[in-house]
Amino acid sequence: MTLTDLMTILPLAVLVAWTTALLLVDLWIPKDRKGITALLAAFGLALTLGLSLARGQQPRQAFGGMVVVDGFAVFLDVIFLASGLASIALAHDYLKRMNIVRGEYYSLLLYAISGMMLMTYAYDLIIVFLALELLSIPLYILSGFVRLNLRSEEAALKYFLLGTFSSGLVLYGIALIFAATARTDLPGILAAVELAPANLTMFLVGGALLLVGFSFKGAIVPFHEWAPDVYQGAPSSVTAFMSVGAKAAGFAALMRVFVVAFPSLSTDLTPVLWGLAAVTMVFGNIVALAQTNLKRLLAYSSIAQSGYLMMAFVPYGQGIVLSDTIAAMLFFLVGYALTTLGAWAVVIAVEKAEGRGLELQDYAGLGRKYPLLGAAMTVFMLSFIGAPPTLGFWGKFYLFRTAVEGGFTSLALLGLVASIFSAYYYLRVVVMMFMRPGEPEARRDPWLVLTAGVSALAVVGFSLVPGSLLNLALQAVLKLL
Amino acid sequence: MIPIEYFVGLSIIMFVSGITGVLLRRNALVVFMSLELMFNAANLLFVTFAAYYQLLAGQLFVFFVMTVAAAEVAVGLALMVEIFKTKKSIDIDQMNSMKG
Repeated sequence: MTLTDLMTILPLAVLVAWTTALLLVDLWIPKDRKGITALLAAFGLALTLGLSLARGQQPRQAFGGMVVVDGFAVFLDVIFLASGLASIALAHDYLKRMNIVRGEYYSLLLYAISGMMLMTYAYDLIIVFLALELLSIPLYILSGFVRLNLRSEEAALKYFLLGTFSSGLVLYGIALIFAATARTDLPGILAAVELAPANLTMFLVGGALLLVGFSFKGAIVPFHEWAPDVYQGAPSSVTAFMSVGAKAAGFAALMRVFVVAFPSLSTDLTPVLWGLAAVTMVFGNIVALAQTNLKRLLAYSSIAQSGYLMMAFVPYGQGIVLSDTIAAMLFFLVGYALTTLGAWAVVIAVEKAEGRGLELQDYAGLGRKYPLLGAAMTVFMLSFIGAPPTLGFWGKFYLFRTAVEGGFTSLALLGLVASIFSAYYYLRVVVMMFMRPGEPEARRDPWLVLTAGVSALAVVGFSLVPGSLLNLALQAVLKLL
Repeated sequence: MIPIEYFVGLSIIMFVSGITGVLLRRNALVVFMSLELMFNAANLLFVTFAAYYQLLAGQLFVFFVMTVAAAEVAVGLALMVEIFKTKKSIDIDQMNSMKG
């Protein structure tokens, strides 16, 4: 390890050091003043964000080629860090209300973000595995953060068991790939396979296990079983962060590993990926139709959104559309992150202690009593559907366009039909808010309102200039290949 | 010298019994033991091929895996103790307070 290595991963190093220091400092912060911890955590994230943005997009390798920091990594890091900032804003008031104010919440959140950042840097399967665990273990603890609440504990145990199961699959996949190629670094694996397919069966099974393991993380059907229960049982501020961060990190790793190391598997995998994307879109949207609990509804909606994301992944073996499709995925992720965090901000504002205030009826009259919250939620629901003028529309537009360019017109059509069906349950929320009488109580916490407001403005604002955001995404992936 | 196929075969048997255990057993602790079996199956594969290819990287990987597994044990057992306190059971079939 040299100084240059450390300088290359400076943002991550600073974040880890800051988080560890925060864990210690928090011991001296009195229990009624944990706002200071939140502030310090937010400052650490902002600092890391600044450092990440300042370093530019020139790809640089470090630690003997085990990590690479490039535009792709920086773009995703910005999403993770911004989501982290937003989820601190969501958590501050929520933790007090749920009576779970404990300082380690923020440290765990920051550790999970470090894991996600490391995941985007990973250029060696060892790092992929370590990053996966670094992001997962804090999230297991966070989902069980409401101690003595059965739902939260159940959610944590389920997440833990299935998360560890998926890590076991990923690990065995890595072991098989190492056995077949004698390499763990991504370019090395590619070279080894091109030179001589040492043991093709082992290599194929290894790649398949990696795909299944990461599908668990991204909640792809049929590996989604854990998602609804975990999303419902975990504290809402954790769910909000998890549904953005963990998912984006899973897709980032999948993209990086498969594009760099496994282009040779693309012909075998294309039908499988096609099937996964199609089943996930259809299943997520159909089951969401029957949900009345907002947390579960958003959980199934997030599964459906994974299906759209998976669509970007189907044509990954085609060199011509590759940069377009990765850029479309990054663009969609920005829209998804903003929409999800905003929608959860509204859910958290309405939620009461003991898991009440989460049913659809609890939203009756919300739009009249709190016009701003109602308007923001309407924007988020429209963005989830993919209706203009929102970022969700352009996200889906670019995804479907690259799918068609890659020759998967039927998949794009399926996505379109699924989106139209999804309008039913998203619009039901809007109808409930504006057309049914009711006297809901929502929190007027400034941070919640700020998060919802900024997200709604960004979702609408960026949709007016989608080209510039897409250009950013295209520039980010330019150096990946 | 023992042929390498034996090691690979043992590793596959361990991995498959681990998966079977996760899918079929209902006690969270036994499920967790099966998960550890899966991890160790991978470890066996790493050391086998580290020796076969004369590469140190494979053995290093095992150290990382063991460290991570230890961290997971800490979190997992703590979660199980907590849930046992609330529910007096760690049967995963009874983890059904959420539906839909």
